[in-house]
Amino acid sequence: MTTLGHVQLGYDLTDEQLMIWQTAQQFAKDQVAPGAAERDAAHLFDLGLVEKMGELGLLGIKVKEGDGGVGADTVSYALALAAVAEADASASVTMAVCNLAADVVSAFGNDAQKQKYLAPYLEGKLGAGSFCLSEPQAGSDPRGMKTSAKRDGDHYLLNGSKQWITNGGYAGMHLVFAITDAAAGAKGMSCFLVEKDTPGLIVGEPEKKMGLRSSNTVALTFEDCKVPAENMIGDEGQGYAIALSCLDGGRIGISAQCIGIATAAIAEGVNYSNERTAFGSAVSKFQNSQFAIADSQMELETMWLLTMRAAQERDATGKSAKASSMAKLKASEGAWRITDRMLQLHGGYGYVEDYPIERLYRDVRVTRIYEGTSEVQRLVIGRELLAGR
Amino acid sequence: MFTLSETHAEIQKMCRDFADKDLAPKAAKHDQEHLFPKEQVAKLTELGLMGVAVDEKWGGSALDNLAYAVAMEEVSRGCASTGVIMSVNNSLYCDPVNKFATDAQKEVWLKPFASGQKLGCFALSEPGNGSDAGAASTVAEDKGDHWVLNGTKAWITNGYEADAAIVFATTDKSMKHKGISAFLVPMPTEGLSLGKKEDKLGIRASSTCNLIFEDCKIPKDNMLGEPGFGFKIAMGTLDGGRIGIAAQALGIAQAALDAAAAYANERQAFGAPIAKLQAIQFKLADMATQLESARLLTWRAAALKDQGAKYTKEAAMAKLAASEAATFVSHQAIQVMGGNGYVTEYPAERHYRDARITEIYEGTSEIQRLVIAGNVLKSYA
Repeated sequence: MTTLGHVQLGYDLTDEQLMIWQTAQQFAKDQVAPGAAERDAAHLFDLGLVEKMGELGLLGIKVKEGDGGVGADTVSYALALAAVAEADASASVTMAVCNLAADVVSAFGNDAQKQKYLAPYLEGKLGAGSFCLSEPQAGSDPRGMKTSAKRDGDHYLLNGSKQWITNGGYAGMHLVFAITDAAAGAKGMSCFLVEKDTPGLIVGEPEKKMGLRSSNTVALTFEDCKVPAENMIGDEGQGYAIALSCLDGGRIGISAQCIGIATAAIAEGVNYSNERTAFGSAVSKFQNSQFAIADSQMELETMWLLTMRAAQERDATGKSAKASSMAKLKASEGAWRITDRMLQLHGGYGYVEDYPIERLYRDVRVTRIYEGTSEVQRLVIGRELLAGR
Repeated sequence: MFTLSETHAEIQKMCRDFADKDLAPKAAKHDQEHLFPKEQVAKLTELGLMGVAVDEKWGGSALDNLAYAVAMEEVSRGCASTGVIMSVNNSLYCDPVNKFATDAQKEVWLKPFASGQKLGCFALSEPGNGSDAGAASTVAEDKGDHWVLNGTKAWITNGYEADAAIVFATTDKSMKHKGISAFLVPMPTEGLSLGKKEDKLGIRASSTCNLIFEDCKIPKDNMLGEPGFGFKIAMGTLDGGRIGIAAQALGIAQAALDAAAAYANERQAFGAPIAKLQAIQFKLADMATQLESARLLTWRAAALKDQGAKYTKEAAMAKLAASEAATFVSHQAIQVMGGNGYVTEYPAERHYRDARITEIYEGTSEIQRLVIAGNVLKSYA
């Protein structure tokens, strides 16, 4: 029976899944954990980590072997992200978005595109990857998208802005969603692969974020940005469908990230409360502390089960809308409560950089927002629930 | 583990059909009249649901703990009282007898009970101690060829209908909780009287009363397991009982959620069904997410028990999560239904009343948290 850390799953993972978990854990411990606090303090993105991920096959975990990937399943993907996130949440979101970009090219790109871009990318030779959907005026509501792509001979001219682009400053490969036919509504969106340093592509200054500080987040501006026609991913008008197809996997990924952050937080809380004494005993002896630890561990184990369920469902059926949304909702809100409780156990020491818990608290906040806000997740779940009646 | 096997799905369907046809239509009346669901329990017996995980040799259905959890949820969804009657017989009576009785004892004390011909109950709590089980004050004196029991047990589910009780009593006070032993007591028997039937907030069709022992003589052979082992038997039994109660809580929660969702699709306000309002959608989303989370924890605990793995922490998590889900979901269900949630024409108010006890019996939420924390801290040590 598989036990992950202190959690009994209740069933067995496959050998391959376990191997990916162990590989990722080793990578996290040896390469990611050292320097995590320093990178956060300096808001420093480390491209070297992306190269190392490439070497280990961690940039395209779900990409099929024929396309240069590891060919592993969603469960393995979630395990790898959770392991990395436990060491450094910033590194895990860097990795998650790299995987997202790879998945898009693998699923919808043609052979020429895969050969030119995906193959070297997966080896870590093209830097990171980005996924450009949100805009300054449009996040939850994609119908507000304005970035346009106008056909002009053998290329498209892209104009507009993208906001909150993870990895944007270090991506060799940007997947950009733009309107090719304004009159066609959802069918008017297409997806383009834009190379780094394309003239007309302006990379903004890195956002100064509350958390995930060593993850790079920028605005991208397109001013008559010339993109070769052969860089369209999939068909014209297929953009919206491509974006939708990424949702389940993306949500499972963030759930896994939250599991990692929460796991680290509980370990910190347990260790601190075992060491710290007050009123004549270790703080961990008080019922209040024990209740905080119990509630946190229970939430964490629930997060694992919901995430594994969604991942399994996606692997078995290709779809997991309600399960993925439930996992993401519960994992992000759970991780937020867990980091908060564990910070409280630290008292004053939870508020200073000497201990890692304040970074975990800052890192976790965005997980309720990106890859579909908690509000959007509730709409999805509510809709799925009411439709089934 | 996340989807049911064909066998388990069949059991789920069988129990669901039974609940829809035989339990739900009568549940309100049984609740209002505090009426033991005799016919329904007889049908549970026919379906083999009174000794789900007991071997066929001993009158049971030889199914696993996941089947038990699934069955418990469906039955409780129809009627929470029937659920607790079933749970006590299965988890608190049959399970310890199955584990600790001799074959000779099993003939008398297990076979008729697992097959549902007779009903069992479990007597641990006392007026002076519930959570603090080690402080039991009921005593069993060794009189050579028999035991004499003196003391009072409290909150005994099935007390009025049971044919036997497992009674925990102190045989050696100097050993403290290691001096408690377990006894098989026939009901009725001389020296054992029943207190008044408790008038409860919920699960009203299930009887709850005190068992009063006054120089109650029971045969020497009636000890269950070894002397001094009573506390351990009780704690081990409660682990499994937690899976049953978790499943009961899930059933109550699901019934409440179903009622709320159906209502939301019908009820109109501001020109459209209230299901169109975000406030309602968000409530239902939170209710469903909490319920499904608790279900996963429950199935996992059952799976671990079936595999022979240690499952104390996981059972405690399941019971804690499911009971809190039941109270949350039933509370919000009333809120979704507005005034109609507050009256007996709709089942929501009964689910709300039924749910409340699940956070208390078979280990309060506070005890569950202590059990979980103890396990977590130990695993980090």
